[in-house]
Amino acid sequence: MITPRIHVQREGFDIKDEMARIEKSGRDIGAIVSFTGLCRSEGGALSALELEHYPGMAEMELTRIAEDAMARWPLQALTLLHRYGVITPGEDIVLVITAAAHRRAAFEAADFLMDFLKSRAPFWKKEHPAQGTPGAWVKAGAGDEAALKRWGAEE
Amino acid sequence: MNIRYFAWLRERVGTPEEDIAFPAHVVTIADAIAHLATLGEGYAYAFENPALIRAALDRQHAKPETALGAARELALFPPMTGG
Repeated sequence: MITPRIHVQREGFDIKDEMARIEKSGRDIGAIVSFTGLCRSEGGALSALELEHYPGMAEMELTRIAEDAMARWPLQALTLLHRYGVITPGEDIVLVITAAAHRRAAFEAADFLMDFLKSRAPFWKKEHPAQGTPGAWVKAGAGDEAALKRWGAEE
Repeated sequence: MNIRYFAWLRERVGTPEEDIAFPAHVVTIADAIAHLATLGEGYAYAFENPALIRAALDRQHAKPETALGAARELALFPPMTGG
């Protein structure tokens, strides 16, 4: 089985470097899917997002989610990078890259990884508004837990 | 037992982590939450709605009915919002 590349980090990442690393990793890769999650400004209302995480558990949980994905799809490479700390609009927050012989496995695995990452990885976002008022914690979307059900997960 | 709090739970309790010696009747995570809620105003506010609390025992997700057992670390936090 392949070893996933998993990092929880404060600094940003370079998507081109991450893609190139995978393209060079094997001659049987026929499909690479990448997903990048960015911090948006909410129409100028937001000055930054602050991401709190649970050090230790965050890496463990991303590894568990990656292993679940590798057990379900024949992946040839998997990269999961998640940032923490203060992130401003336009900056990247999360990167998922999946590679397989064929596109369907790569698409589905990337979708699965993001669904589980959102509800199971121990990260919490706090919004810092552009105008004076104190920051507020982002509420989990009602659809986040429900999204796991389509993959056969309980709750 | 080492208890860790995250996000608004941490802010309401007023500390990121602390050691708590639970009384003997505290067996499960739900019991632990009910006990913590009695420790003061901030705790009562943090745990006013137990349905909003998620937990991890020794860094693995765990349900409220899970026994604390020999675990060394209990983490309590709101639903996660990463990604």
